[in-house]
Amino acid sequence: MTDILIFILLAIVIVAFSILAVTSKHVIRSAVYLLFVLLGTAGLYLMLNYHFLFAVQIAVYAGGIMVLFIMAIFLTHQPGENVRKKTNWKIVSSSLLSITGIALCGYIIVKNINRIATFARGEEIDMQNIGMAMMGTEKYQYLLPFEVISVLLLACIVGAIMIARKDKEEEKHDHIKTRIEELKDKSENNKENKI
Amino acid sequence: MIELLVNSVSIPMVAFLIVSLIMFFAGVFGFLTRKNLIMILISVELILNSVDINFAVFNRYLFPEQMEGLFFALFGIAIAACETAVAIAIIINIYRRFGNVDVDNVNKLKG
Repeated sequence: MTDILIFILLAIVIVAFSILAVTSKHVIRSAVYLLFVLLGTAGLYLMLNYHFLFAVQIAVYAGGIMVLFIMAIFLTHQPGENVRKKTNWKIVSSSLLSITGIALCGYIIVKNINRIATFARGEEIDMQNIGMAMMGTEKYQYLLPFEVISVLLLACIVGAIMIARKDKEEEKHDHIKTRIEELKDKSENNKENKI
Repeated sequence: MIELLVNSVSIPMVAFLIVSLIMFFAGVFGFLTRKNLIMILISVELILNSVDINFAVFNRYLFPEQMEGLFFALFGIAIAACETAVAIAIIINIYRRFGNVDVDNVNKLKG
């Protein structure tokens, strides 16, 4: 019974905040709503008894990605600036598309999954088993994807730094530009003083 | 035994799937209607997150003694983190070049 209550609470939180996240006018607010959605998802993993996935979700999503998002918003937005929206017919057509998609997929899910809906849930997976599966090379063990993910992360870090850093020439250019502007200001000031 | 019975009458699988379905289509809606690049990225995160829920739920309900869905969700989270980092680097570069992060301003290439 408590399970069902907690699930209903989490479902309401997730649905409400995911809809708010895509309709709110301020970017920073929708980032915070996304944080609530991610925390609610972590709660769902806890209800499924996936404790390791819960911890990963909190640490990576709510801890890492949200900080990235908030830093990016601080770097690219003026305070109090609203988000411009697309034209009205675009909003209407895409909401129609989403509602149609929900209706179609919901019909398919309810039609097909009812038969297997009451299967018993398993117990919590032992942490040792997860570690063995992640570090083994036999069947149903995942050492190779694990290593590939680590290489991908490394490539990603290097790539992100390469993309986000300023070019050397561009920097020089900026420096020269600011210097020229300073000189201009000075000469104008001098002229005004002479007059 | 009693505990097993109590567990087996708890939440149906459809409920989880409906929640993740609504999250997915909220993401699709945001992806189509927003102009701001960061908002589009937030919508993509919603979509990825709903897919992760589906992996975990299918694994738990249909094959509770195996761990394939769990690992798919784990690797999915890692790849989502990578994707976000690169996308935010690109967004910051776009901001430096164009002055804001709206998609319809970005209409010039370098070459």
